[in-house]
Amino acid sequence: MNNMETIGLLKERERQVYLKGEQPFEMDCEKKSLAGAVSQRACVFCGSRVVLYPIADALHLVHGPIGCAAYTWDIRGALSSGPQLHRLSFSTDLKETDIIYGGEKKLYSALSELIDLYSPHAAFVYSTCIVGIIGDDVEAVCKRVSEEKGIPVLPVHSEGFKGTKKDGYRAACQALFKLTGRVDTQGINKHSINILGEFNIGGEAWIIKDYYERMGVQVVSVMTGDGRVREIEKAHGASLNVVQCSGSMTYLAKLMEERYGIPWIRVSYFGIEDVSSALYDVAGQFSDEPAIMEKTRELVKDEVSRIYPQIREYRKDLAGKKAALYVGGAFKAFSLIKALRHLGMNVILAGSQTGTKEDYEVLRELCDEGTVILDDANPIELSKYVIEKDADLFIGGVKERPIAYKLGIGFCDHNHERKIPLAGFIGMLNFAKEVHETVMSPVWRFTPRRAVGVINE
Amino acid sequence: MNNMQTVNYTATTNACKLCTPLGAALFFKGIENGISLLHGSQGCSTYIRRYLISHFREPVDVASSNFSEDTAIFGGGANLKKALDNIRKQYRPGLIGVASTCLSETIGDDVPMFIKNYKEGHKGEALPRIIHVSTPSYNGTHADGFHKAVKATVADFIRHPVNDCVKSEQKRLKGTINLFPGMVSPADLRYLKEIMSGFGLRCLMLPDYSETLDGGLWNGFKAIQEGGSRIDELDSIGSAEASIEFGRVLAFEETAGYILEKDCGIRLHGLGLPIGIMETDRLFTVLEEISGIKTPEIFRKERERLIDSYVDGHKYVSGIKAVVYGEEDLVTGIVSFLKEIGITPVLCGSGGQSKRLKEAIKQVTPDSDKSVINILEGADFMQIEKEAITMSPGIVIGNSKGYGMARLLNIPIVRVGFPIHDRLGGSRVLHLGYRGAQQLFDTIVNSLLEKRQDKSEIGYSYM
Repeated sequence: MNNMETIGLLKERERQVYLKGEQPFEMDCEKKSLAGAVSQRACVFCGSRVVLYPIADALHLVHGPIGCAAYTWDIRGALSSGPQLHRLSFSTDLKETDIIYGGEKKLYSALSELIDLYSPHAAFVYSTCIVGIIGDDVEAVCKRVSEEKGIPVLPVHSEGFKGTKKDGYRAACQALFKLTGRVDTQGINKHSINILGEFNIGGEAWIIKDYYERMGVQVVSVMTGDGRVREIEKAHGASLNVVQCSGSMTYLAKLMEERYGIPWIRVSYFGIEDVSSALYDVAGQFSDEPAIMEKTRELVKDEVSRIYPQIREYRKDLAGKKAALYVGGAFKAFSLIKALRHLGMNVILAGSQTGTKEDYEVLRELCDEGTVILDDANPIELSKYVIEKDADLFIGGVKERPIAYKLGIGFCDHNHERKIPLAGFIGMLNFAKEVHETVMSPVWRFTPRRAVGVINE
Repeated sequence: MNNMQTVNYTATTNACKLCTPLGAALFFKGIENGISLLHGSQGCSTYIRRYLISHFREPVDVASSNFSEDTAIFGGGANLKKALDNIRKQYRPGLIGVASTCLSETIGDDVPMFIKNYKEGHKGEALPRIIHVSTPSYNGTHADGFHKAVKATVADFIRHPVNDCVKSEQKRLKGTINLFPGMVSPADLRYLKEIMSGFGLRCLMLPDYSETLDGGLWNGFKAIQEGGSRIDELDSIGSAEASIEFGRVLAFEETAGYILEKDCGIRLHGLGLPIGIMETDRLFTVLEEISGIKTPEIFRKERERLIDSYVDGHKYVSGIKAVVYGEEDLVTGIVSFLKEIGITPVLCGSGGQSKRLKEAIKQVTPDSDKSVINILEGADFMQIEKEAITMSPGIVIGNSKGYGMARLLNIPIVRVGFPIHDRLGGSRVLHLGYRGAQQLFDTIVNSLLEKRQDKSEIGYSYM
């Protein structure tokens, strides 16, 4: 690895990179990305869009020039069991004259027409960067259209520059919160939950929902995987909010706790350990009905014994291999570290786009000595450490994929674009299978870092 | 909020275009040791990166000046400066292409002045070239962003002190030509270089992302992929013997080639994208004229084989109706090609709004051709699809974005152009020249045959 010495870090980013065991730990996270650093993060709009996207019977209209809508057209693996409205891309496609004279009229007209055309149960209007600058009164337009059409029309304040992706999550949570509490909660029993922060990538929400139903727990709504407006509108009737992807949805859980007194717990459905504790934790909340815990035990036993033999087979090949992971929220990283341990693999790099101080503290606890921990990293840093640590596997999203492949490292997509469910017990098996397929592929022996060359350079 | 009804406006549904800065970001990948910096929000860079990556399957680093609320109020000068500093530290680029976004344009940032100040503030240092291109996404499409970046770069290079903008014929570099290929694939770019060297011409091709966006694996880390138009070579762009620029729609504008003709007196040969025999013949005629040599045998043979295959396959395609969409110049080129093989392009759509597509298509249509083409300019896929349904087409030709339409119509799609993100090898789709036409022809014929075979109850194995 000839060039390695030349990969330097930017001074201002030094406190967002930590090597476990080496220096005092103080992660300087939760701040804006550094200009020119080529962050892997997106923007406020992305945060909002990613959370609300799976609501399949709502209209999602992006107010601004074309880019933001074009880049988010049908990009995710979030499945719907019914309507597919969320997979279309709607934009007001603002032009130069709108920048001068404002885009309110276009927004009004476009929105009214789309609602007539598709009869959605609600509409979300996403403000992009310049909407905040040209001063369109999006609230007022939404209010008016809502009155005229008789459906909730919710402005999502997601101007790209007004914060980070996390602020986008917040804006999305505010919009979701406005939808709750709108309809009667009849028929909801006391052992009922909302699943928050589960986006039904590759059908994951269906897998999780099935577990809960088998446990005897009623699922009132999923936010937002395979989401429906009507379900969200009665979400306030549930007894418990179960929050995955806590970076995006904790805020909504807190809002609902405040308004409706619904308690919430944080869970993860990735990896045998975490999905089991998620189900046990939920069962534990309904201790007045011992049958629930009983059924949960049975379910976990069944599911684990079903996948375990195959996992053990994969583990034989994967033991001792080294993995790097760079994900959006840190909570997913925790689960992945545990899941990879189940496969006998060592994590040599773990990072996230949006982790908090507390998250990184947990991450540090979980990681072995020598693991690199990164906040808001960029391609250069990721490359530097996967080379130095000689990774065999990289877990990330599409933007990280070419980094891994160029360096001759296996890759597993654990982001929203994937089409394979990785949550739940079956998801763990899929994950193990995918990791095995990439790490054990015969192609790596031809790559420069592993090659015993036939044609000498 | 008053008089809301005065505008009758329909939303764009499933756009047949991408935003302007994407084109600029793609262009700057085609300059040696070049990197792009989008002046605006972080999201623009990240979305565009992700989009380019999903087609090229290569690292595409695009930096951002990362606006915050303060930046939007007080202006982006300080952020741009910091971004330039950090890019220089991390990437050590030879060239930084600064493309504006809708945000920085709307607040009225004077980017040329920021760059001028930056250069003055770093006098005596070895600075990379810094090129500015104005690409607000409320103006034009990704294709416009691409061409604006070509033009801005050429304008910058001929005004650079080390560049010779040679007015006198005698001092021109004989046998050196400038080639502006437009937004084509890495495979196209490689083939064009092969053609130029076949004619013994030294070719300054701008951009050239044939290696940077379709290269091998790395042995160790690379901040910027190898390859691209060389900066030291581009310094003689003003003294080339002639320029060739592809794009019939583009030719209506003041392009890079136009500037070189106007400012440096370099003769411009504006041609259509050489797709199919007719348009490729026009290119080879120009190359014969400039080089003074006959078309080399390798290309003559390619042409012969192509015509041979046209004959072999003509009945499989004859009378088939096609829907074509994408960038205006690509659509024009594909139409020219389809006309010569007997497929009728009944519907052409583009998100571009130059108002020149109709004229360009007319140029490549023989006078005797009486077929009517429905041309949708500034269109989205909802419009194209709606129209297509009424026309019972037999094939869809364009990027991956038309897959849904093809599926709905239950007809084959042949993927060309950008983006191709539901198949492997988007970089290696060859469109141009006789060889490109061969690849397109075989693919189209085989897609139609496959459909026929699949539909057949018996499933003939012999077609």
